Amino acid sequence: MAWYFYLIIVLAVVLVLFLLFTYNGLIRVRNQMKNAWAQIDVQLKRRHDLIPNLVETAKGYMTHERETFESITKARNLAQKAVGTGVGAQSKAEGELSSVLSKLLMVVENYPDLKANTNFLALQEELSSTENKIGFSRQFYNDSVMGYNNKIQMFPSNVIAGMFGFKTGEFFEIEVAAERAVPKVSF
Amino acid sequence: MAMGGILVLIGYLIGVAFFSNAYAGLILALVIWFIMNLVAYFAGDSILLGISKAKKITHDDHPRLFNVVEEMKIASGLEYMPSVYIIDTPAMNAFATGRNPKNASVAITAGLLQKLNRDELQGVIAHEMAHIKNRDVLLMSLCSVLLGTIVILAWYASRIMIYGAILGGGRSRRSGGGGGQGQIIIFIVAIALMIIAPILAYLIYFAISRKREYLADASAAQYTRYPEGLASALEKLSQSTHKLETANNATASMFIINPLKRSERAAADLSSTHPPISERIRILRSMAGGASFYDYNTAYSAVHSGKSVMGAASLTGAAPVSIRGASAAAVAAEPEPTRIERARETSNVLWKYSKHKLVNCQCGTKLRVPPNYRHSNIKCPHCGRINTIPHS
Repeated sequence: MAWYFYLIIVLAVVLVLFLLFTYNGLIRVRNQMKNAWAQIDVQLKRRHDLIPNLVETAKGYMTHERETFESITKARNLAQKAVGTGVGAQSKAEGELSSVLSKLLMVVENYPDLKANTNFLALQEELSSTENKIGFSRQFYNDSVMGYNNKIQMFPSNVIAGMFGFKTGEFFEIEVAAERAVPKVSF
Repeated sequence: MAMGGILVLIGYLIGVAFFSNAYAGLILALVIWFIMNLVAYFAGDSILLGISKAKKITHDDHPRLFNVVEEMKIASGLEYMPSVYIIDTPAMNAFATGRNPKNASVAITAGLLQKLNRDELQGVIAHEMAHIKNRDVLLMSLCSVLLGTIVILAWYASRIMIYGAILGGGRSRRSGGGGGQGQIIIFIVAIALMIIAPILAYLIYFAISRKREYLADASAAQYTRYPEGLASALEKLSQSTHKLETANNATASMFIINPLKRSERAAADLSSTHPPISERIRILRSMAGGASFYDYNTAYSAVHSGKSVMGAASLTGAAPVSIRGASAAAVAAEPEPTRIERARETSNVLWKYSKHKLVNCQCGTKLRVPPNYRHSNIKCPHCGRINTIPHS
């Protein structure tokens, strides 16, 4: 046997191992991303379930906010319909819901009776914690997407990704008008 | 690793010096080490929670604490929700324990829980969650087992040596001949090592512990995207004057701040499980650019004249991470209970777990009836009504 015969075998083994590890690595980060997305879904669903309770409790006290309640219910129903329609469409609907909700929570300060209601306080704690959880799961999801996309676009793993048709992940961005606006300070 | 090496070496030398067989001492050391490891691995968390008298809580006992733990679980990307415990003491501290993320627990003292607002609580819990995620609990308990074994072995070895010398039974003298000189040298080296080994082991242990604290601080900043939360929590912690009675040397490194040190030293201290709080606060507060590991490392270098706290591998490829605002500004009208409400929230949990019965008097007073109260009626101290105590 000639020496180049062994060289070819060694090169082939190295190539197969490289293929194997890169492919498995890609699958791993993609699964992590999918799992992170499932986490967001859980929290979004929890928010959809909490809103009717909150509206029901607050309605009796906040008699001047009928329009706000209507817009919240509408946004919630739209968001619920958007479940499963893809990251982009869903993040738009959820962003809408977040901004009308924050409007409601801002005017709670004007209703001292409502703030004394323990039931409402518990709901408010749950809702704002769910908002935080959505934020943190979004943060973790976007970090995972970033890691996954880096792998897909960087050499040499991008070659394997192209061969097996890995598609780039989509970021989940909630655009809340109130978050971007300058905070208003009133004395 | 280094400590394991020292342990093997000391075992070897004990064997050479006392059993005239190198392997006897070595096997002894390894057997002791193995048994202690098993105990620490399987029962370490329940022992720690037990001696701290920690009470396990559910979501309904303290929604705010439970929610914050869940938020940080999500932010850290942990798969399992850790158990949440409250320790009934005015001292201010918190710790994480558990051999793996699946069996992890987070405990916080009532004193700390009452003092912190939501952002600060988030910082503290994120720090503990980072310990779980980085598997520091396992690492530090292995290290402390190693440390303990080295200290015990060195202690026994020195006793045996002293008594051996008093009783005049010098094996080396009796054997005489050519081997004598070599044995004396081994003897001297053994004595030197028995003195140096525990000191070395302590220093390595403390150095590892401090490094893991910095890493947990950096992770907390990354999870919360808000280093100021942890910084201001640490500031409150450093002002506490209560001492945690249940803490000891073995458990010290598990806590968020060293439960044993009373006086805060400015200089870096080689014999402490934790870096000085003032320094940790300074690093967190100088994270101006963002909340990633890279930003923490930059802040650390600025405080420590160019030294780096993390390996280069964990810093490359990181995306820029921006710091968020305080939660009150970001989330509109976040319910932020006042100090009195927070104290009441916490004490309600503790009352419940000390099996006090709650009697609501018609005048609005809440009476707490201790479990050893014998009568079936109780008089309200405010309005004088006689209330019946419900049977549980």
